[in-house]
Amino acid sequence: MISVKELKKRFGKLEALKEVSAEFTSGKSYALIGPNGSGKTTLIKSVLGMVIPTSGEIWVDGENVRNHWSYREKIGYMPQIGRYPDNMRIGQLLDMMKNIRKNPPILDEELIEAFKLEQMLDKRMHTLSGGTRQKVSAALAFLFNPPVLFLDEPTAGLDPVSVEILKDKILKEKEAGKLLIITSHIMSDLDDLATEVLYLQEGLIRYNDTIAELKDITGEQRLGKAMAKMIRSLEKSRQVAIGN
Amino acid sequence: MTRVIKYVFYDILRTRFILLYTAFLLLSTLAMFQLDTDTGKVILSLMNIVLMVVPLVSIVFSTIHFYNSYEFIELMLSQPVNRRVVFLGEYFAVAISLCFSFTIGVGVPVVFYDTGASGFTLLYTGLMLTLVFVSMAFLSSVLTRDKAKAIGVALLFWFYFSLIYDGLLMWIIYSFMDYPLEKVTLALVSLNPVDLARILMLLQLDISALMGYTGAFYKDFFGSSLGLIFSSVILMLWIVLPVWGALRIFKRKDL
Repeated sequence: MISVKELKKRFGKLEALKEVSAEFTSGKSYALIGPNGSGKTTLIKSVLGMVIPTSGEIWVDGENVRNHWSYREKIGYMPQIGRYPDNMRIGQLLDMMKNIRKNPPILDEELIEAFKLEQMLDKRMHTLSGGTRQKVSAALAFLFNPPVLFLDEPTAGLDPVSVEILKDKILKEKEAGKLLIITSHIMSDLDDLATEVLYLQEGLIRYNDTIAELKDITGEQRLGKAMAKMIRSLEKSRQVAIGN
Repeated sequence: MTRVIKYVFYDILRTRFILLYTAFLLLSTLAMFQLDTDTGKVILSLMNIVLMVVPLVSIVFSTIHFYNSYEFIELMLSQPVNRRVVFLGEYFAVAISLCFSFTIGVGVPVVFYDTGASGFTLLYTGLMLTLVFVSMAFLSSVLTRDKAKAIGVALLFWFYFSLIYDGLLMWIIYSFMDYPLEKVTLALVSLNPVDLARILMLLQLDISALMGYTGAFYKDFFGSSLGLIFSSVILMLWIVLPVWGALRIFKRKDL
């Protein structure tokens, strides 16, 4: 569905992505893990065309995305920090997004109902708390029933009840055969939601395999422990390489 | 495109600045018509508004608006919308609103008091200058990520074209006053949209005779239809080139 080939991105002196190649196939759920500033968001934004890569290619559904835009109707994006026009009301925002997407007949308004957003439709965006904003972001990402979902730290800032609602929704979409790419620092969430792991560090992919495989080679039952063990062994092998 | 323009339009109306600007233009124009019965003098006073205030308001408002719509732009670009459509939609919405203000604020009284050709030249140059400075504002907005810096660049554009350029022009004319400079100054004037607008206005007001031989030369040139086409084309270039450059930068910009 999505393939990234030798993607590089520089921001001035900073090399955000050194060389990233990866394949994302429909029906699988990918956990994008890495320290802060490792290039997770840059990778997602590159696929969305919000960041223009320095070099490399990105293909979505057999279409090279450079200078294209219509492929974005296949993607639902939940940003890490949802930024919306300040003096718009929630209802206006939802209407605007539907209108921009040419009012598709089938809408997925499950999250709007579950988060009880319809009771707040005339609240202005700048009056919303971080968590409510996050709910709006989530509702928008799922609204158009897209085959691909990018969720950048979806559970950060949500209350425990809402986290469960969102996780149930993500699982439901996963079962429906959608392609999910999720970044998070909460390993227990990813353990439930994802089947594959991409570990990104300093703009390079250090690990790319299934979670089951990762647990198998590390001998750990939980993703958090397995990740920690894998990262430590990566560090060790790097030190050995430097030592030689 | 119309969808994007519509939403930017709503946003501009919500801030109410555009209504204030319209009221300001309308009040000052009407006040000037009340103070003086000689429409020629009124047009001359209005010319100063058109040459100083309109560019300043256009460039500052457009720059601030662009930065305030950053969230909107970001949101649109995560949706299946073309970058060019988002950018030009923003441009047209801002340009149309400011032109609308100017037409209501200055155009309506000018037509009402029946000022003839000079009134229409005033309207024409005012609208052209509005578009030129909105274009420059969009260029300065995409040049940097920092709002304060962009407003600084925008103000610099305004200072340069309204004040500094004239000083430089005067200095050149004084230094080379022994040489025939008509064609050189004509070329130099084309490099400044504000000067071009000023000359178009002055020629309409029949005070070009005060400018001596150069005035006569200008009258001969700009009075002809060729001169009018020339100045319109130059002003159009001043509108299109900055937007085109800004669009090129915007297409490659990271958000």
